[in-house]
Amino acid sequence: MLKTHEMELNMGPQHPSTHGVLRLILYLDGETIVDCKPVIGYLHRGTEKLCETRNYYQNVPYTDRTDYLAAPNGNLGYCETVEKLGSYEVSERAQFVRTAVCELSRIASHLIWLGTHAMDIGAQTMLMWTIREREVILDFFEAALGDRLTTTAFRPGGLRRDLPDGWAKAVLGFCATFPDRVDEYELLLSNNRIWMDRTVGVGVISAEEAIDMALSGPLLRGSGVAYDIRKAMPYAAYDKVDFEIAVSNDCDSYGRYALRLREMRESVKIVEQCLHNLPDGPITGKVPKLLKIEAGKEVYHQIEAPRGELGYYMVADGSNKPYKCKIRAPSFVNLAAITQMVKGLLIADVVTVIGSIDIVLGDVDR
Amino acid sequence: MNNTWLSDYVIIPSILILAILLVFPLLVGYIVYVERKVLAFIQSRLGPMRVGPYGLLQPIADAVKLLTKEDIAPRDADVFVFKIAPIILLVVGLTGLAFLPMGEGFTLFGYDISLSIVDVNVGVLFLLALMSLSTYSLVLGGWASNSKYPLLGALRSAAQMVSYEVALTFTILATLMIAGTLSMNGIIDAQREAGLWYVFVQPVGFVLFIIAMVAETNRLPFDLPEAEAELVAGYFTEYSGFRWSFFMLGEYAAMVVMSGLLVTLYLGGWMRPFPNVELLSFLDFIPGFSWFVLKVGFFIYFFIWLRGTYPRYRYDQLMGLGWKVFIPLSIANLFITGLFIIIMDSLSS
Repeated sequence: MLKTHEMELNMGPQHPSTHGVLRLILYLDGETIVDCKPVIGYLHRGTEKLCETRNYYQNVPYTDRTDYLAAPNGNLGYCETVEKLGSYEVSERAQFVRTAVCELSRIASHLIWLGTHAMDIGAQTMLMWTIREREVILDFFEAALGDRLTTTAFRPGGLRRDLPDGWAKAVLGFCATFPDRVDEYELLLSNNRIWMDRTVGVGVISAEEAIDMALSGPLLRGSGVAYDIRKAMPYAAYDKVDFEIAVSNDCDSYGRYALRLREMRESVKIVEQCLHNLPDGPITGKVPKLLKIEAGKEVYHQIEAPRGELGYYMVADGSNKPYKCKIRAPSFVNLAAITQMVKGLLIADVVTVIGSIDIVLGDVDR
Repeated sequence: MNNTWLSDYVIIPSILILAILLVFPLLVGYIVYVERKVLAFIQSRLGPMRVGPYGLLQPIADAVKLLTKEDIAPRDADVFVFKIAPIILLVVGLTGLAFLPMGEGFTLFGYDISLSIVDVNVGVLFLLALMSLSTYSLVLGGWASNSKYPLLGALRSAAQMVSYEVALTFTILATLMIAGTLSMNGIIDAQREAGLWYVFVQPVGFVLFIIAMVAETNRLPFDLPEAEAELVAGYFTEYSGFRWSFFMLGEYAAMVVMSGLLVTLYLGGWMRPFPNVELLSFLDFIPGFSWFVLKVGFFIYFFIWLRGTYPRYRYDQLMGLGWKVFIPLSIANLFITGLFIIIMDSLSS
């Protein structure tokens, strides 16, 4: 008599579709997943500890390297936290530029998500198409910020440098054509029978569960909770622009797919408004050359990064370095939902769910 | 001449077999090249451009690379089975090619040369039997690797190929009933006599055959055994070098063979379009071989096109599609065809 037993399958850290060095231990009954344990830490670089060893200005580059697909958002979260901690003034122009750059980075990040997510499900062409558009955005970053991926976009108080001539015009040109590109993506996937079979009803998470697990970003809004920090607790110039929160009540991967596409369209609107209403003036507020924040002050500040709530908890001790800088990374918190989401599904669905959660391992491990 | 048997059964077949053995790997290299180019154009890229003009020598560079790589077998693998598995697939694929009628015969130096190397009266049956054998290669290869991802890939391939073969066989049966023969050349002759390609007689069967063919050859959107996103590379995860290239050769040979079978069954093989319309007889100067290549080439392009466009099905959805849609449809198609044949027979008598 043959006995049957669960098969233990190690997926990653060197697996083509775990988006970096995520390791999942899957317990399988045939191809059905009985249990799933995520193992993280392969990309841990001790960012939080490193932040305690450099002064407030020098820490910005570290925040590029947490969520490296949306570096300007990380920079913004950090800079605004420092500004809040020391009550520093930020220039009006900087606020608008920051908002525009962050929304561009949201589009770039969602483009990579769409490409890799579709590729995991087998639609290879998508990645090449999305990279084509992302390339344009990265060129904008290079022109305005000096770098493509690790942007170090802002500094506490404002911007490092002003926008180059003609930048706003070029970006507006891109904004005019980009919605057509999104239409193109939708043409290939949205009503595709196979795409729907693979994503509808896969990776379901209810609104209650999402709130209980402190999920945020598209994962939370995909479950029908209209919570977006850009609206709930506006930062930068988000209270001065008009946009809608994309929400989906589907609670599944398809809902989150449709939601992120809508978010890209909304981001385009925000970028356009910011650049049309760009005020003149200094690029930075009046901040001292050396930041020293008095002891005993502490602050938690959160922003809406492409993957969800990115929070910084910072404590000052009177020196020019933060005493503590804790990063609340959206990928890390969202990843915790994977066990719940994949139970009872098949191996092929695991990659769908990983893609749908949209993790960046630099953000998970920090 | 008393040595006709020597020329008929030994010399000419040997030359043709040698031709296939030498030409086919090169041909596959260029099919891969075309695939990479077409995919690149779909994805707004350039594809291979470095080796030779427009990357035309890329297949040769790849072949040299693959053949000079170290032949690795995992330590815990069942080495004999591991080594023999890719050879099974290659042999099956290449043997399948011998059954395809690639054109009308011609006379060279007084010898009759037929462009179907093996013309047996049960050609279709033989071909199907051969294609079934290729499952063994995948299963044995996956099993012998003694690794979990290949094992899952092998299990998938076994299940997938078995279930789609059933649908494929029922679909082919309907055509065979109309043609009244199992010989490949016989089917082409039957289409010539009927004056029209069987695609017009068997439209449902044609569509079913195309889809089942894609599933049978493990190509996207049905490439689950080797789904790189979830199973790394499926059954050939542990293979490298020339054994890996044998798997690739076998897979592309299967593509060519299945396209050839499709062309023979439904599109009149190497005949020109509308063989009975005198108006088009000026097309006769084009040799049948060219028509065959053209038709097969179109379906290979079709394979690539699918790959550039569609996502991949999930394993259970694929099986559901096979058992719940294709097999009932193909059986219904078979019954309706049979009914029509009976009605036509009773009307004519």
